[in-house]
Amino acid sequence: MEFESVVQTVFPFAVIAVAIFLAFNGVLMIVAYTVLAERKVLGWIQGRIGPNRVGPWGVLQPFADLLKFIFKEDLVPDKSTKFIYYLAPLVALTAALMPIIVYPFGPSIKADLSEWLPYGLGETFSHIPLVIADLDVGILYVLAITSVGVYGIALAGWSSNSKYSLMGGLRSSAQMISYELAMGASVIGVVLLSGTLSLTGIIDAQIHSPWWSKWFIVPQFVGFMVFLIAAFAETNRVPFDLPEAETELVAGFHTEYSALKFALFFMAEYVNMFTVSVMCVTLFLGGWYIPGLDWLARQTDLVWLFGAGTVGYAVVSHVGFLLKIFAFLFLYIWIRGTLPRFRFDQLMNFGWKFLLPVALANVILTVIVVFFWHR
Amino acid sequence: MVSVLFFILAGLAIACAVSCVYHKNPLYSAVSLIGVFISLACIYLTLAAPFIAIVQILVYAGAIMVLVVFVIMLLNLDEDKPLTRLRYLFPIGGVLGLVLLAQTLFIFYAVTKTPHTSSEQGNVVGQSMSIGRAMYTEYLLPVEIVGILLLMAIVGAMIMSRRMGEPNLEAVEGSREGGD
Repeated sequence: MEFESVVQTVFPFAVIAVAIFLAFNGVLMIVAYTVLAERKVLGWIQGRIGPNRVGPWGVLQPFADLLKFIFKEDLVPDKSTKFIYYLAPLVALTAALMPIIVYPFGPSIKADLSEWLPYGLGETFSHIPLVIADLDVGILYVLAITSVGVYGIALAGWSSNSKYSLMGGLRSSAQMISYELAMGASVIGVVLLSGTLSLTGIIDAQIHSPWWSKWFIVPQFVGFMVFLIAAFAETNRVPFDLPEAETELVAGFHTEYSALKFALFFMAEYVNMFTVSVMCVTLFLGGWYIPGLDWLARQTDLVWLFGAGTVGYAVVSHVGFLLKIFAFLFLYIWIRGTLPRFRFDQLMNFGWKFLLPVALANVILTVIVVFFWHR
Repeated sequence: MVSVLFFILAGLAIACAVSCVYHKNPLYSAVSLIGVFISLACIYLTLAAPFIAIVQILVYAGAIMVLVVFVIMLLNLDEDKPLTRLRYLFPIGGVLGLVLLAQTLFIFYAVTKTPHTSSEQGNVVGQSMSIGRAMYTEYLLPVEIVGILLLMAIVGAMIMSRRMGEPNLEAVEGSREGGD
């Protein structure tokens, strides 16, 4: 009796712990290979080959890079503010990793596990959701945590006690604060259409919407474009990579960072890229939802394999989710290889005087349409 | 379980608050204050109020404190000057502290007097749906008043910063008024 209640409380925690472990490591692997893909694709764009020495086709390059970062000398500037200097990369990476727990990786699986799991745990796990925590306020959670990530950069710039770092940190935080507003405003349209702040709820709303708007990119195209542009600025990527404009600022906020601390910043940047790609896909491209997959399964008598709620459906949907994300990550790299950098005043004017008004106009228009639609 | 979490988080919040007050370096104080806000947000989470917790992080830690850190970084304050210069404010600070203490004691008194509400009710209060519904039906007037006040504050701040930054603004305005 005693043992039963212990198992009943501990087992769900263990499942969540395993899920967090898998999700974090999966995301970090994707991030590692995004770096490799970036170097390869940039190589192709510039008529080079890219890394091809470590392993066949350079596939082991990320691990070689990591080893190199670990074994490099860790330099700390003499006049830096030590505690904050050590804190900053940790804040950056923690804030980048925390949103992973609300990503909807796939549909929930209906499973009959009562034979396998004792003590009525089969009842608890009759629906296995492919999301770690289905927060009621998922979007706000992601926006809040990414806004905390600004501190990593601002504090790194300040504590290094170097003019390039300080300039980079200031630029970066100014840019992230400005574009956060446009990003938040562009999300409101989707929230109005779906009537919920939860990410799984938004995907559900896209599934149950009429056939011409299965993905919210159709009714919210303006919101999508604003979100995409703001996402580039939020992640400090080209053409908005002024915080690390190497011709002016050496390397921006991480000029004084070396070895593993630099690697943490580097990883945080790529995890942030992954995060905004997931947000883009979830909000505007239906997340894991592939329109017509369930219908196709019913037409071809493959419901037992690919019908909604089966493992096959989840696997196919998850692969579709990953492919959509990879498309966005490729877009990031493509644009990095194509566009030149903005000037800082152009960046600020664009964010405040163009992007934010467009996002607000989109919100007002959506409010009017939703108001008359639901009457 | 929840009470253990509460004591850990509350201890963290108090420790951060103390270090916020006692640090001479303003940036350390700001970072401690961020720590206070985040531990408070975690306490709200344990009280089943995710919306309030997230808004606490989004508004206080994510927006207001970023501006504070920004200003500290831009101004590059000296570390030990302010304390001696502001000595005449100490008695006022003492009086304000006593008022705050009295308010806190009153809250303790009020909490012991109010009857216990059921936990079911508590679960609904923190959700975004119930907060939104309450704000736009029952408390619509206060929300509108706060919105207009904030708009006025924004416009006022813009006008003040304009006057400081551009000395020849009045000439520009004069020509515009003449044109109209």
